[in-house]
Parts: sequence; C-alpha cells; structure tokens
Amino acid sequence: MIGVENLRIRFGDVEAVRGISFAVAKGESFGIVGESGSGKSTVLRAIAGLNRNWEGRILFDGEPMAPQRPRSFFRRVQMVFQDPYGSLHPRQTVDRQLAEPLMIHGIDGIDTRIVRALDEAGLAARLRFRYPHQLSGGQRQRVAIARALIADPEVLLLDEPTSALDVSIQAEILNLLADLQRARRLTYLLVSHNLAVVTHLCPLIGVMQAGEMVERLTVEALRAGHITHPHTAQLRRLALELEEV
Amino acid sequence: MQLEIEDLHIGFPGPRGFAPAVRGVSFAMGAEKLGIVGESGSGKSLTARAILRLTPPNAVLRAKRLRFDDIDVLSASPRALGAIRGRRAGLILQDPKFALNPVMTAGEQVAEPLRLHKGLSRRAARAAAVEMLAQVRINDPAAVAHRYPHELSGGMGQRVMIAMMLAGDPELLIADEATSALDATVQAEILRLIEDLVSRRGMGLILISHDLPLVSHFCDRVLVMYAGRVVEAVPAAELRKSRHPYTQGLLLCPPSLMRPRARLPVLARQPDWAEVA
Amino acid sequence: MSDGAKPLAGARARLSWHEWLLDEEPSSRRQTVWGEFYRKCRRFAANRLAMGGLIAVLLLVVLSLLAPVLAPYDPHAQALASRLAPPSAAHWLGTDELGRDLLSRLLYGGRITLGMVVAVVVLVAPFGLLVGCVAGYLGGLTDRILMRLTDIFLAFPRLILALAFVAALKPGIGSAVIAIALTSWPPYARLARADTLTIRDADFIAAVRLAGASAGRIILRHIVPLALSSVIVRVSLDMAGIIITAAGLGFLGMGAQPPASEWGTMIATSRDYILEQWWVPAAPGIAIFVAAFAFNLLGDGLRDVLDPKAR
Repeated sequence: MIGVENLRIRFGDVEAVRGISFAVAKGESFGIVGESGSGKSTVLRAIAGLNRNWEGRILFDGEPMAPQRPRSFFRRVQMVFQDPYGSLHPRQTVDRQLAEPLMIHGIDGIDTRIVRALDEAGLAARLRFRYPHQLSGGQRQRVAIARALIADPEVLLLDEPTSALDVSIQAEILNLLADLQRARRLTYLLVSHNLAVVTHLCPLIGVMQAGEMVERLTVEALRAGHITHPHTAQLRRLALELEEV
Repeated sequence: MQLEIEDLHIGFPGPRGFAPAVRGVSFAMGAEKLGIVGESGSGKSLTARAILRLTPPNAVLRAKRLRFDDIDVLSASPRALGAIRGRRAGLILQDPKFALNPVMTAGEQVAEPLRLHKGLSRRAARAAAVEMLAQVRINDPAAVAHRYPHELSGGMGQRVMIAMMLAGDPELLIADEATSALDATVQAEILRLIEDLVSRRGMGLILISHDLPLVSHFCDRVLVMYAGRVVEAVPAAELRKSRHPYTQGLLLCPPSLMRPRARLPVLARQPDWAEVA
Repeated sequence: MSDGAKPLAGARARLSWHEWLLDEEPSSRRQTVWGEFYRKCRRFAANRLAMGGLIAVLLLVVLSLLAPVLAPYDPHAQALASRLAPPSAAHWLGTDELGRDLLSRLLYGGRITLGMVVAVVVLVAPFGLLVGCVAGYLGGLTDRILMRLTDIFLAFPRLILALAFVAALKPGIGSAVIAIALTSWPPYARLARADTLTIRDADFIAAVRLAGASAGRIILRHIVPLALSSVIVRVSLDMAGIIITAAGLGFLGMGAQPPASEWGTMIATSRDYILEQWWVPAAPGIAIFVAAFAFNLLGDGLRDVLDPKAR
C-alpha cells in the first residue's frame, strides 16, 4: 500500500533522513520507533505530502508519488498529529472542522457523516458544536481522528498520536485506533518514541536512529530479544526497566 | 530539612465561582525521595510549587500548616522566601528552553546563584560553575560553560538547569516533569544523575510526574493524586500491592512490551475517588 | 438529534434569549455563532471605558447622519452681519468668519470627516490583511516581493506622501482618501503577515492541507479569520490617526475644499481668529479630539475582547 525507497530528506546542510526504505501492505500496521531527531516524523510528513523537498521514491498503491499530491490522494491518505491542542483550528467548532474535508471533496450527506464520525470516534453528539478549548485533550484527539476518517481514507499516518495524553486516555485512544482498524480495514503507519505503544498496535517495527532505519523486525523477534542493532537493544532495555515495577 | 504540609488548599477565582485545584493535601517529608504522581490537572505541580510559593498570582492558598523547617511559608516575608527559593530548595522544570535565560551563557547562569548566595567573586564563581557542570557529568564543562541555551540539546540544557539548582547547595530538590520532554535514553541518565546527587548530598527530592512506573523506580515513597487530593500514599516497593483502583488503573493502562493485550484496560472513574475521605 | 433532546424541546421554548445564547452545549450552528458573539459582547460591555468609547463613536455617527434634521441652519448660509458671533441662544457654538452657524457646520462636517475615515478603512484593512496573509502563507518569492513593496510605502512619511499625492492629483476629498489609504495599508500587511507566520506551520493548517484544500481556501477560510482580530483592533486604534491625517490634509488645503465643512478645513480657515475668537477653531478641534479619543477607547476594548495575546 505504501512504500518508501531510498528516501532522503535534507534541511539546509543537515540530512535528516538518510536513505531509508520500507513497505507497508494493505491492512497492515507498520511502526517506526526512534528518539527525537531520528527523522521518524520527517518521514511521515514527506509521505503525507506536507514536505516536498525529498529524494528517492515514495510509492502509494504501487504508483510513485510526485512531491505535489493530487487532491484524490488526500481522500485516501490521512494523518493524526501528536499535539491535540495544535491540530484543531482554535476558532472553529468541531462541526465546522469535520465538515471541511467533506466540502473540499464535494462529498454529500455532510450532516449524517458528521453524526456518524462523532459516534465512531466515541464522542457524544452534544460536543458537535463546541470549540476545541471547551474539550479535554482526549476529546480533542478523538475529534482529530474523526476528522481524519470522515472522508473514508484507506491509510492513516499516526504521528505520536498519544504522546501528549495521560496514560488512561492513551489506553482509550489506542483501543479506539485498534477498533477502527479492524472495522475499516485501515493501513496504519505509526510513529512514536514509545516502544510499548508501537508494539501494541504494530506487528512490524522499524527502528530509526540519526536518519537511518537501523533495524526492521517483528514484534515477536523484539520480545524474544532477537536483535541485531545496539540501539534497538538499548530501547528495549529501557522499556523493560520501567515495566518491572 | 523537614517539610510539613497539612490540609493544603489551592484554588482559583473564576467566572463561575471559585475553582478548587488542590483540596486538602497533607504530607511530611525529610531527606527522602518522594514521588508525586497524577494525571494532568490532578494538582501535583501546584502542590509542589506551593512549597516555594511559586503558584500563579491569582491562586488562593490556604493550609493549616505549610512549613519548610522552621519557616512558615504562607506568612513568610519575601526575603525569607528568597532564602528558600534557589538556595534551600531548587526547582527543575520540564523545559530548560523556557527556564534558562536565552541571553546568558550556561556558565554565567550557574555562576549567578554562586555569587548571589555564597558571595563568591566573579572569577571564583566562574571556576566553581565549571566544577558544577562537571558534577552533572557534562563532558568538557569548560566549553559548555561558554554556550548559550539555544546551543544546548534538551538533555544538556536539563543538566545545566540541575547544576544551577545545585549551586545554592539546596536541601530539597523539586523536579517537576523534569525529564518528560526528553528521550528515554537521556531521561534515564538524567534521573540517575539526580538520584545520585540527591543521595550523595543527603538532600530531599520531590519527583513530580505523570509516569507512575518511572517515579516508583526512582523514589522511596509515592503519593498518588487525583482531582486535587492524595488518594493513596504507598512505599514504591509495594506499588503493585496498592489498594486504590485509580493507582491500579494507572499501572495497568499503559501498553506493555512483554505482556501484549488485545485491549487495554481503561479507567472507570468513580465519583467517590474525588470525594474527601 | 440525541434522544435526550426531545423532552427538552418544550422547556427550550421557555428558555430566555440569554440562556439560549449562553448554552454551553449549543445544538445548531446558528446558536454557536450567536452564542460566541453574545459572549464577546458581554465581555466588551464589562469594560466601562470601552463602552464609553463605543457610545461616543455611535453618538458621533448618529449626529452626523442626522445632520439635516438636527442642524438649525444651512451650513453654507452666510450671514455677514453676525460674523464671528460668540456662542449664544441663536448660535449655540457661535458663528464663523462668514457668519455661518458653527454647530450646523460641525454636524455636516462630521459626515465628511467620518465618511473619509470609513472610506479609508474599507479600502485599507481588507487590502493590507490579504497582502499580509498571502505573503506570510506562500512565503518565498511572493513574500519577498510583497514585503519589499510594503517596505517602500512604509518608508515614506505618511503625511508628506499623502501631500505629494494629493498635489499630483487635484485637492479634494476623493484624493485625500486615496492618499491616506495608500500610506496606511502597510502596517496591516505587516501585522497580518506576522500573525500568519505564527500559524502557517501549525498542525491545524497542515490538517487542512491534508484535507486537500487549495492555498486560496486555506488563506481565506482558515488564516484570515485568525489574523482578522488583530487587524480590527489595530484599525480602531488607527482611526484616531486617520482622523487627524484627514483633518491635517484639510488644514493644509489638500483635503476637503472650502466651503465644505470638513473639521480640519474648518480649523484651517479660522486660524486667523484663534486668539480673538477662540471658539471658532475650538469647536472642530474639540470634535476631532473627541472622535479620536473615542476610537482609541473602542480599540483598547476590542483588543481585550478579540486579541488573546494582549492578556
């Protein structure tokens, strides 16, 4: 469904992503784990078409994508951002923000779709006409997910979707994402610094460090400790340390 | 150092009446490592800031007792408070980018409290500052001393912040989400550094975080806060045996690397958790 | 919509407007929009100085609009016999050097002066806002060209450029409006650009881009509304300056031409009598002062309501 071949991204003199490759099959989940500055979010933004300065190949449904994406691309690929406080327009109601993608793509039945999207994302209908500042962090992230799904995309790019949330809310959002994937046969590409979060949603994992994907492995291999790269081992050790309370 | 808090209340006057944020928190601590854990809005940061009277200006504070050794914090003069802040107690915040002065070098910022509180000369303070930077395990402290905050990485900035706070030889260190913005690898290093410095100097530590496993890893005792109240105080070693469903929930909610579950348990919040016992 | 709404329907009819507007959980787009507007109005109304400014501005506008009804005399009717008369029962504010009733001239003059201000604002604010938002959002070469253009206009002293411009055209109200407009849009463009720069990389803009929105749609529907409030505030604070520039041009003979009773022109033509018959220039002078001051108070109040940064 999504493929990346030898992707390179530079910002001025700094090469943030140094030739990485991976592929995600339809209906699969692929997780990228790495620390800040490893280039993991940069990869995601390039795939989404938010960053147009890259080299290499980005494939979608087998077709190489140009840096400038056609509108039809955005019906099939959507993204959820890390910060639920920054990803919603502060002066627009939930209703308006959910309607926007539908109006852009000229999709009918805006009212029924909004009602359904709110319900699917686990939001009460009474929140429909509220402004973002009247919602909690978890509710905002649900709105962001509802917005991403409202035009029925096939691929969801998830950029640290739970990092800004409390653990109890994180659990709710992760459950929601798992349910939605099952119900809609979505393809997920998840980026996070939290190894446990990535392994919870994704059976396949790529570890990034300093712009390179140093290791790709299955969750089973990770759990069993069949690891080749020291950075993966280090991340695993740190995650385990905190689980042994 | 002895800290005593009894029945602390903090609230904010708002358009819809008085909004309480901390409701009757009591605890006492000496030279130990205390963790305060809770979700955002549980009042954990406000509680810690009340010790230094660094609550927002519109906050209303009330307590039966709020004593730092023999100083009554609530009635203390600005002068007495100045002697606590930065000197007898240090506060490390989440983002060093906001806590450090952008137009002063790291060395100058660490040297300032040394000159202020210990009356060192400019030159002696600078030498001592480099020494402090070495203590927080910065490689090549002399070079780092000449750097400005924007030239430092997150972990490095947090080390400088710690060096600044240690410069006044405090008896109590308050770390408010001090490592939340850092990578896991750096986070572990910084916490180990804090732990090490605290035990070597015989200081008290209050570690505030939303991350219960992390806190229990580095503390002797953990206070769990919910909706402005301490719902449970447990020794860190007995955390798994905690009784309160909220504490149990916090432990069970995060996904686990080794124990995969198809669905994560979610907190079924009970109204009585927020009620005053 | 929800099942809980039905039993409420009967009760809802009895809700007061106040309750309907302040409902924390509005049930329609209309209610949300009006509710938000009502909350802003209440916040504005709580600021006494700002309310004073608003009332004064409204009063000036109403008085000017009603000039034909209110004015006791024809503003152009000369009565040389009673020239330069001090305030009296017949002429509340006295008469000028041609015996024209000052009160009538002041009322009619308000139409010209305030009309000029409105014309300038209508020309300037949308233009500056759009230039700034486009430059800020698109960046790159567009930004550089638009901003250098802005800088050029910003570099000229306002009154002198206006003077030169009016002199090149022919003196009159129209030229004065164009001249003031030409020199007063750059600050709005700057302001709007600065606002745009802070929001253009925000995730919520990225989210709209990912919805497939065009640059024009993003600017008009998502960026302009955010940049608008600071421009509105700036406009109302600038009103005072525009009034004074308009009056200044009139005073220098480059704005409204005699016998039109624009306030600045009125002061200009009466400057010979400033010591002996002080009430002649004082009346339009006070009017200018009151209008400028009222707009300033209004602007301060609007800033408190619209501009969250200022708090």
